[in-house]
Amino acid sequence: MTDDMTAVFREELRDLLDSLERGLLDLTSNPDDPSLINQVFRDLHTVKGSGAMFGFTELAAFIHNFETFFENVRSGKLKITAEIIRLSLAARDQIPGLVDGTPDPEGQRDAILAAVAALMPGAAPAVTTETDAAGRSDTEYEDESDVLSVALAASQATNRLTFRFAGDALGLGAQPEIILDELRGLGATGIVASVDDVPTLDALPVDQCMFAWSMDIPASVTEAQIEDVFIFAEADWSIEAPADADDDASGYDFNLDDFAAPSAPVVAQAQAPAPVAPTPAPTVPAPQAAVASKPAAAADHPNAAQAAQAATIRVAAERLDALMDSVGELVIVEARLTELARQSRDSALITTAEQITRLAAGLRDATMTMRMVPMRSLVARFRRLVMDLSASLGKPVTFSVLGEDTELDKTVIEKLADPLVHILRNALDHGMETIAERQTAGKSQNGVVELSAEHSGAEVLIRVRDDGRGMDPERIRAKAIALGMISADATLTQQQILSLVFEAGFSTASSVTELSGRGVGMDVVRRTIESLRGQIEIDSTIGKGTTVTLRLPLTLAIIEGLLIEVAGEKYTLPMASVHEIVELPAEKSVAKRGGDFLDIRGSFVPFLRLRQLFDCQGEHTTEQNVVIVQSGTARVGIVVDRIVGTNQTVIKQMSKLHSSVRAVSGATILGDGSVALILDVGHLITTGRVSPTETNKEAAA
Amino acid sequence: MNLVGMDDMTKTVLTVDDSPSVRRMIAMTLEEAGYRVIEAVDGNDGLEKATTNSVDAIITDQNMPGLDGLGFIRALRKTPNGKGVPIVVLSTDSQEDLKAQAREAGALGWMVKPFTQDKLLAVIRKVLG
Repeated sequence: MTDDMTAVFREELRDLLDSLERGLLDLTSNPDDPSLINQVFRDLHTVKGSGAMFGFTELAAFIHNFETFFENVRSGKLKITAEIIRLSLAARDQIPGLVDGTPDPEGQRDAILAAVAALMPGAAPAVTTETDAAGRSDTEYEDESDVLSVALAASQATNRLTFRFAGDALGLGAQPEIILDELRGLGATGIVASVDDVPTLDALPVDQCMFAWSMDIPASVTEAQIEDVFIFAEADWSIEAPADADDDASGYDFNLDDFAAPSAPVVAQAQAPAPVAPTPAPTVPAPQAAVASKPAAAADHPNAAQAAQAATIRVAAERLDALMDSVGELVIVEARLTELARQSRDSALITTAEQITRLAAGLRDATMTMRMVPMRSLVARFRRLVMDLSASLGKPVTFSVLGEDTELDKTVIEKLADPLVHILRNALDHGMETIAERQTAGKSQNGVVELSAEHSGAEVLIRVRDDGRGMDPERIRAKAIALGMISADATLTQQQILSLVFEAGFSTASSVTELSGRGVGMDVVRRTIESLRGQIEIDSTIGKGTTVTLRLPLTLAIIEGLLIEVAGEKYTLPMASVHEIVELPAEKSVAKRGGDFLDIRGSFVPFLRLRQLFDCQGEHTTEQNVVIVQSGTARVGIVVDRIVGTNQTVIKQMSKLHSSVRAVSGATILGDGSVALILDVGHLITTGRVSPTETNKEAAA
Repeated sequence: MNLVGMDDMTKTVLTVDDSPSVRRMIAMTLEEAGYRVIEAVDGNDGLEKATTNSVDAIITDQNMPGLDGLGFIRALRKTPNGKGVPIVVLSTDSQEDLKAQAREAGALGWMVKPFTQDKLLAVIRKVLG
């Protein structure tokens, strides 16, 4: 033991003494706290154990009685009293002296020990164990016999040693070669492996060692020495005097099979017909069948356990991403194949292509399901957040979560965390009133904040609702005008006014708190949600509360798309947002200022002309269609030249260079290898509803 | 599993103990004898290190905060690669009690504390060769 190690122990001891003191003092106020009792016990235990290891046997002996006392407390046999705490603290103060070897002329230590012994019901046996634990060192396991026996081995008579590992020895880490080495060290010779007990393949327990080994071992080797070899590796072993003097060690097991020597107990169960040695007999007689079936039954158990474990597998996220990428490529190639098959008019090829389409769709669905994670994985940290915020703001709230099991693509879940934190912070910091305000408003003292998640078609709706003071559209409007975000005479719907809080630089909190109100939150929230191809809506009633709704697509990787054509170019619209398709009435086919509305069963729906929006040259020739897309409650029509059909849209992100193009959210590769842009429905709806004519200008610019 | 003993690369031992001085003592003793040593501060840490490293043998204390030694062994034996690694439990319990507990939890060997450096080496050679 080096000084270096002792120094580490002294350092550790300082920490242990601090922890011990703290634990004992805490126990005075909470004498029944099991975690405190455990902590004190562990500290004492470590002081004793490590102390003994580093040669401080006096210290170990001194601490032992305290440890025993607390062990009894731990098991409920004794109670913590003021007296034991006083004594333990006194003992704790003696520890540094014991480590430094300071003498104890006044006999304080003995007095403390005597006092503790008096508190214990049966102190005497504990003391004897102590001398045992601290004093004994190498007795229970020794190695030195090796050398002796090797010297004796050569010329002496030998016995036959046979052993086989029992049960799960290999699973526990026992290694046959180490055991064999040790036996060789004892003088073992003529070691042969026997395969007699190896069952047929179907009955072979895969995690057990079915070999047996036998060898000649000098007669001088005692059973205790062999016991010592197998101290850790559980094995069935036996020693016997050789059955016949002229037994040849090499080929022992083969010969015995041939001549069926009935006297050798080792082969008693291997007497069955096995004329050409180790190969298992083709016809299995009853006794051997019994032997073979036993390990098989034993093997059933681990298998069942493994099956239960295999019910779920943890897979690295990157592997799932890689799988998704491959499936995406497969879907693209599959579309290409279908296209080629259609052109070839070869019915066999078409049938095969159809089968591949079905398989690819199954594979795609299975892969996407694998990526789904329940909301629950996010919710735990929100509970904590709300609890902490509620405490620090002094606004008591009840936080409830609905639909924790709702599943979302893992990428979406990961990116949702920060936006939801912002929204929840806002709800508590700005939305929720103080207790006094709530009382004046006649509301219950406890506010309500609710987080809910539910599926709705191909989208997931996540709502954060509070019953706070709500948002004042007039204040928001005034603020926006003051900030120069809107002109003073702009006419905006309530929805549009509320949406202003998502603009960069907008913050209505009159005072910026530590938590929120810096005006950087909500615009980041909107950007994050939009980057997930989702939308954010806000709804609020003064005095009643605010609800923020996030609409998110179920997945980001592959969607069902509606392929359309405008001026010879193909585009894709997410099928989930397509509401219906109507023909463009002839009288609307030419753009008129302020007249781009359709009457869809009694309600007016504004529409956009993609030819105009994308500034396409030339005129359309045939009749045009209008695709009505919907997001939330808002609907807008999109005038297109032609509907091509539905397709599997594997979404490819646009490059950074194109990130400012807001009308397009991505691109996909079609069956013929060409590229189709994916239109951003949310953006089209906003531009379509604000002002169709404005959009025209924007597009032309 | 390494049945043939052809692997002459340095063997790695994981020591799991909440006491830094015991870990240090084990690490120094084994490193001097030519083993590589990884240290873990409790059962949970041990479980993580045992599953993320390639470990040839494990020495674990029994009494630790959080996950104790026997709990650690049980948990490790349930992991896909947790079988076949020899594990030695350290404890101040008496030899017979400890042996029964260790076996039940899935340890190969046991060693009563306190122990000397020589004894530690003998035990490690016994399970690791």
